[in-house]
Amino acid sequence: MDNLVVRALGALGRQVTTRIWRLGYASRFFIAILMASGTSFRRIHLTIREIYFTGVLSLIIILVSGLFVGMVLGLQGYDTLQRYGSTEALGVLVALSLVRELGPVVAALLFASRAGSAITAEIGLMKATEQLSAMEMMAIDPIARVVAPRFWGGVVSMPLLAALFSAMGIFGGYLVGVQLIGVDEGSFWSQMQASVDFRQDIVNGVIKSVVFGVIVSWVAVFEGFDAEPTAAGVSGATTRTVVTSSLAILAADFILTAFMFSGI
Amino acid sequence: MSRTKLDLLVGFFVAIGFAALVFLALKVGNLSSANNGETYAIQAKFDNIGGLKVRGAVKSAGVVVGRVADIRFDAETYTAIVTIQVDARYVFPRDTIATINTSGLLGEQYIGFEVGGDADMLKSGDSIKKTQSAVVLEKLISQFMFNKAADGGEKK
Repeated sequence: MDNLVVRALGALGRQVTTRIWRLGYASRFFIAILMASGTSFRRIHLTIREIYFTGVLSLIIILVSGLFVGMVLGLQGYDTLQRYGSTEALGVLVALSLVRELGPVVAALLFASRAGSAITAEIGLMKATEQLSAMEMMAIDPIARVVAPRFWGGVVSMPLLAALFSAMGIFGGYLVGVQLIGVDEGSFWSQMQASVDFRQDIVNGVIKSVVFGVIVSWVAVFEGFDAEPTAAGVSGATTRTVVTSSLAILAADFILTAFMFSGI
Repeated sequence: MSRTKLDLLVGFFVAIGFAALVFLALKVGNLSSANNGETYAIQAKFDNIGGLKVRGAVKSAGVVVGRVADIRFDAETYTAIVTIQVDARYVFPRDTIATINTSGLLGEQYIGFEVGGDADMLKSGDSIKKTQSAVVLEKLISQFMFNKAADGGEKK
């Protein structure tokens, strides 16, 4: 009996210390990335290549999802607003929900599953096939050569993808609201412009997407670098990237929203 | 993939990303209409501001001429002190009346300027003497109901 309690408490303690140890390791890894960034930027082409892999190749999924999310918002918003006879506010509803929340958050979730998992799998496989060790043998810092370009590629791509998602979503809402249902085009745009504030809404949305970009890229490169160098280890790390970064995005979104919009 | 083609694609991606941001700023947001130019502050005391919010519009003849910068409660006179930032391009006579209006039945509330005829103009730091408070819909309805009841009583 006594033994069971001791073992249960020990297991709980080990869980906590392991988590904290990993968080500390991830933080030191983050600082190591920042330290190695200078070296990495001297070969800026590596980062540009990663922007291609994370940003350009994610374009299709981001644009199509944005369009459909905006179209659904248009339909659902119209359905609710017409009960109160204020369908002109459809533009406001679509634009504010996209720019403030859905744009950054959904784009970041898609980005985590589309690009984050690929980064983790790539770095994890490099580790499993001992390419990272080989680099160290040749006195090449794998953090500067492999990790930092992928990190910065993600950080640069994410806000651009979120902005494209929002713009595409508003276009989708316009297609459904104005072209399909027949909301007045003038009031759709003018009410939107009157209610969406540049600093309060758009800049805050961009700040959110930058933070999400850092979170997703950081989690992805860390999980890849920390992966157990086996097939099962790499697959586990890829799964953890998607799960951890999605949860971190949603938690960070709550905190950022609480800071940004609580004053209104 | 050749380096030039890769650079081209990334350049294209970054360009449309920024184009989306510009679209959001100009077409969706109010950056195009917002003039971050010179403003001057004037104050107005209201008995009841209703649902007026900070950053709410200040309109004269329906045109936005300023923004609500600050709303405070004056504990001595039990009134609301509203600070208004007016666009420096416009000046208003000293006897301008500030009213709190509602755009539409359920719309947001804004301050309207009913321009007077005074030759002196409001300067920075001045306060508006005459104000008209927000119309509270519940009060209006209850007034109407009491009047109806009173009328009904007389007829009997």
